[in-house]
Amino acid sequence: MTEITSSLPPLIERPGPLGWMRRNLFSTWGNSLLSLASAAFLIWVLKGLLAWVFSAAEWGVILVNMRLIMVGQFPVALVWRIWAAMYFLAFLIGNTAGLRMQKTRRKGVIVGLLLSPVVFALFSFSLPARLAIAGLSLIALAGWWLGSRWPKAFRRPVLTGWIIYFPIFMLLVRGTAGEGSPMEIVTSNLWGGLLLTFMLTVVGIVFSFPLGVFLALGRRSQLPIVRWFSVGYIELVRGVPLITILFMAQLMLPLFLPQGVTIDRVIRAMVGITLFSAAYLAENVRGGLQAIPKGQFEAAHALGLSGFQSMFYIILPQALRLVIPILVGQFIALFKDTSLVAIVGLFDLLGIAKTVLAQPDFLGLQREVYAFISLIYWVLSYAMSYISQRLEVALGVGER
Amino acid sequence: MNKKYFALLALVIVASMVLSACGGAAPTAAPPAETSAPEPTTAPAAPAPAQVEFTAPGYGGTLTTVKERGMLICGVNSQVPGFGYVDAAGAFSGLDVDYCRAVAAAIFGDPEKVEFRPVTASERFTALQSGEIDILSRNTTWSLQRDTELNGNFVHTTYYDGQGMMVPKDSGITDLAGLDGGTICVQTGTTTELNLADVFAAQGIAYTPAVFDNADNTFAAYAEGRCDAVTTDKSGLVARRAVLPDPENHVILDVTISKEPLGPMVRHGDDQWFDIAQWTVFAMISGEEFGLTSANIDSMMSTATAPEVRRFLGLEGDLGLKLGLENNWAYNVIKLVGNYGEVYDRNLGPDTPTYIPRGLNKLYLDGGLLYAPPFR
Repeated sequence: MTEITSSLPPLIERPGPLGWMRRNLFSTWGNSLLSLASAAFLIWVLKGLLAWVFSAAEWGVILVNMRLIMVGQFPVALVWRIWAAMYFLAFLIGNTAGLRMQKTRRKGVIVGLLLSPVVFALFSFSLPARLAIAGLSLIALAGWWLGSRWPKAFRRPVLTGWIIYFPIFMLLVRGTAGEGSPMEIVTSNLWGGLLLTFMLTVVGIVFSFPLGVFLALGRRSQLPIVRWFSVGYIELVRGVPLITILFMAQLMLPLFLPQGVTIDRVIRAMVGITLFSAAYLAENVRGGLQAIPKGQFEAAHALGLSGFQSMFYIILPQALRLVIPILVGQFIALFKDTSLVAIVGLFDLLGIAKTVLAQPDFLGLQREVYAFISLIYWVLSYAMSYISQRLEVALGVGER
Repeated sequence: MNKKYFALLALVIVASMVLSACGGAAPTAAPPAETSAPEPTTAPAAPAPAQVEFTAPGYGGTLTTVKERGMLICGVNSQVPGFGYVDAAGAFSGLDVDYCRAVAAAIFGDPEKVEFRPVTASERFTALQSGEIDILSRNTTWSLQRDTELNGNFVHTTYYDGQGMMVPKDSGITDLAGLDGGTICVQTGTTTELNLADVFAAQGIAYTPAVFDNADNTFAAYAEGRCDAVTTDKSGLVARRAVLPDPENHVILDVTISKEPLGPMVRHGDDQWFDIAQWTVFAMISGEEFGLTSANIDSMMSTATAPEVRRFLGLEGDLGLKLGLENNWAYNVIKLVGNYGEVYDRNLGPDTPTYIPRGLNKLYLDGGLLYAPPFR
């Protein structure tokens, strides 16, 4: 093949798969040997893995406990509220994808992603569960279609939707009314599984973000007390592992409170995670602030903006845009760090997995259960990472 | 990011902060402050003149709190098969869990009026001391130090456990002496490791410990044949043997090298609550002794003639009222949860994957250690 192409003018070289392999994998003796060894290793690993996944593994433990893994002990009669929150989220995701990616050539990929829940529905769940899962895809697709059909009409509503999503989600999970009504309050000791992991993550992100920004601004402030407080807080918290903070919140705090007064355990964990994450976020944001050239401040002053105005309208938007990759990295880390609450006895995704492993019917199935929750962690972490990449492209972070 | 949206964003963040702050406060505000939760151990130095002479300050506080809350809060384990775990339907199950249900049945006549609070090993005593839970029922070993320093009282032993030894069947080992010069897998940092050293030193048996930092690794090493024996509490050995690739090829030696009496625990300072917790255990044991089960107790209500059984059922006397409960409290315990034997069989009996022979946990009539004081 190479003889033929070499005799032609080398305008655009498009090697076929064989040519690519020859160039990249078998260019020299040593490389060929390495490639063969790696291929053999990969085949060996994959074969073992696939054999285990499809024949040896007993996935019954996952199917039977799916509800537990997803929502913990959330009352069965009220699970529809979680579904409602999921449908809303699916619509928002689909709609945003429709709005943002009208020009993409990879429509198939997006439709495929939106349809991916259907794959889950193929497993042996009950019929209502399958329909509910398929409904997720339908709603996401509907959102996508509406978004790409009428992008102008949906731009603002979808942004508002994202902003009010968090309070609505909290309302739906927790409920508002007394016993018996459809919006009955579900106390936090019944939140569990992926739902609790999600709650801890979202609360951690939503609250640590403003706190971290304020701490970053405080650290750069001219006022000594504000600056010293911020520096002290950031350095103190960054000097302590998260698990220590969680242990403090779960073990020490109750001893300081007066008899009979207790703070909800989940709230304690949320506060611990938020305070911890805020310190790291502050340093990331500070990095962004320091990257803004002095000329921007001076220009803002020259325009007659006050210090507050120049910070919030000129400096901060640019600084935050710069640190998006780091922030998302931190949020992914936060998402995975929430698994530490399993050590202090909460039923998050990892905690519920440990509980499932103690069921007498499923003793000794560590591999299946841990493999499944690892997959959930990976899928969600990757989704966050993918969204951040899209966001960077949309905001042109790498281009300016 | 235009100005309007920024303002909206700020507004929403503030609103949701407020919202979730309320969210946290509402459910936990339930225990009212005026129902004085038990005071620390201090004796009544200067008793209020209006009080009854023998009443300690915390007396009765816990029962009042629990009744006003309408719910017993019980600290349990969530990761021990047969003793405390969450089943696929999301309900807590296990021997320790059923004890909590029995207490709820005794107080409310409803075994479901209990909220289970999973607590970790390190957190359990703090949770009890701070009043976050009313009873700790989480396979906790009774020891002097725990009984005194931790500001709590062990109620009674609900499960007599002991450290045992598992060996492969074909090794032919039948007693500890047979392990002389062998290697024993043990989890480090536990009382198990210390007991092993004590007992083998006392008997002059030489061995090599192979220590691991968690139970999974310990038993994996044993399964791979890296040691001649593995040791932990017998209840743990049985559950672990069930998941070995070849359970039938392993035997648990008929030796017990430590005492591990497991039981529920309550706070110091409220003797009424202690009595209720303790006599609920006694009711379960006596129920089995009297031959009362959840199935036959209704017919026994009309046919029972023995005075003690009639007092137990609340047909005669006022035993329940003395505890501060309804007179049919013991009937409720047996009817709604079951006697000790029923509860044991449900969680650890021959039909369960976690079958553990009853051993010491038989009635004293059958050669075990379960012995309840008389109901009179």
